[in-house]
Amino acid sequence: MKISFNSIKVRFFRSLITTLTLTLAIAFVAYIRSGYELLNAIWTHADLSLQERILAGGYEAVDGRFGTSPKDTWLAILSLIVCVVGIVNAQLMAVTERFREIGTFKCLGALNSFVVRIFLVEAFYQGLLGGLSGSVVGIVVSTVSIAWKVGWPAFRWWPFTGMLLTLGWGLFMAASLSLLGVIYPALVAARMQPAVALRTEQ
Amino acid sequence: MDREIVHNVVRLSEVTKVFKMGGLQVEALKGIDFAIKAGEYLSIMGPSGSGKSTLFNMIGALDKPTTGRVFIDEVDVAQLDAYELAWLRCRKIGYIFQTFNLIQVMTAIENVTLPMIFAGMSRDEYLEKGMELLRLVGLAERYHHKPSELSGGQQQRVAVARALANDPAIILADEPTGNLDLTTGEEIISLLKQLSTERKVTIISATHDIKMLNVSDRVVWIRDGRIDRVEERAKLKISVGEVV
Repeated sequence: MKISFNSIKVRFFRSLITTLTLTLAIAFVAYIRSGYELLNAIWTHADLSLQERILAGGYEAVDGRFGTSPKDTWLAILSLIVCVVGIVNAQLMAVTERFREIGTFKCLGALNSFVVRIFLVEAFYQGLLGGLSGSVVGIVVSTVSIAWKVGWPAFRWWPFTGMLLTLGWGLFMAASLSLLGVIYPALVAARMQPAVALRTEQ
Repeated sequence: MDREIVHNVVRLSEVTKVFKMGGLQVEALKGIDFAIKAGEYLSIMGPSGSGKSTLFNMIGALDKPTTGRVFIDEVDVAQLDAYELAWLRCRKIGYIFQTFNLIQVMTAIENVTLPMIFAGMSRDEYLEKGMELLRLVGLAERYHHKPSELSGGQQQRVAVARALANDPAIILADEPTGNLDLTTGEEIISLLKQLSTERKVTIISATHDIKMLNVSDRVVWIRDGRIDRVEERAKLKISVGEVV
């Protein structure tokens, strides 16, 4: 919706911080995921010396496949939880900042659901943006770091579909995390009596 | 005279409001009984802290009374659910605030059309009506300006246009001239007066602007959460004359 898009544009800096939280978390997860995608892709084409080089780089293969270890999974989950908490925090601030605006909306006859919808749509946009930038950063960093260790083959067998999947997965994760984080602040905003909302000083 | 029967557009019955501030209970309204007739231009006067704004919020269905009842068009506001309340605020009442309360990220025309979007009008309809309203308040050529690009008086005129968007029966103005200088304040007052005479809109304004008194049909004085006295205009002119 146009309203939400406008308010993101105006509060660009503030929403940038929220988006950045997402970007970092998604970047980390995408880095791990795309790293294994890339290793698996190289491994099938690799000769013995290259395989040795990969193993010397500190990567461990199980049955000839690289995959997320439990440690990686826990780190990823932890980073996503931190991210959601960060979003809730940032969005609560944003809601407080906009009490008066919300009060005005309600005076003009906005339903609670409209207020919730505004925040959800905004969060969705931010989620997409954060997911996109995060996935790109993660993929680039993992590619560069593996290329650093194994050299040219990293680009030669770069798994395009796998990376695209990682990107899509990152977008989906970011959008759902962002929505998850905004639900509580949006409900707080929507349930306020307009008189209370208007009384707040700015 | 074949005047149509004047009905009470707003009626308050033993309304009280208690705010809890920390451990303290503050009685902002101590039992208000009052009726406002349709088409009236009414001013609520009183020193700050007298309960003016609280009363304003009660009349506008923006807040719930602690005890007592508020009727708008003889409908008890307390009986309405959230959806009906939103409908009431959207269609029946137009609000004007001291601080304008325009949405900062929207242009003048977007601000004016917002209530009509909530009311479910089609895009062509609300754009046309929005421009018509902006013409009425003399801001048609500035429709694309953001509130930050308009002066205080112009912002308040946009707010007046917004208040009129869904042809409300009541316009509630909370210190509409409080943040304006003398001349722009007068402009807003005459605009409101014009609306009241031409469109037969009931105008209720909380104010401590003496200029408001000259155009009011009735003035209600509030003191300490109670109605101190109610004055008709005819009587008022004499008393103001005596003071000046």
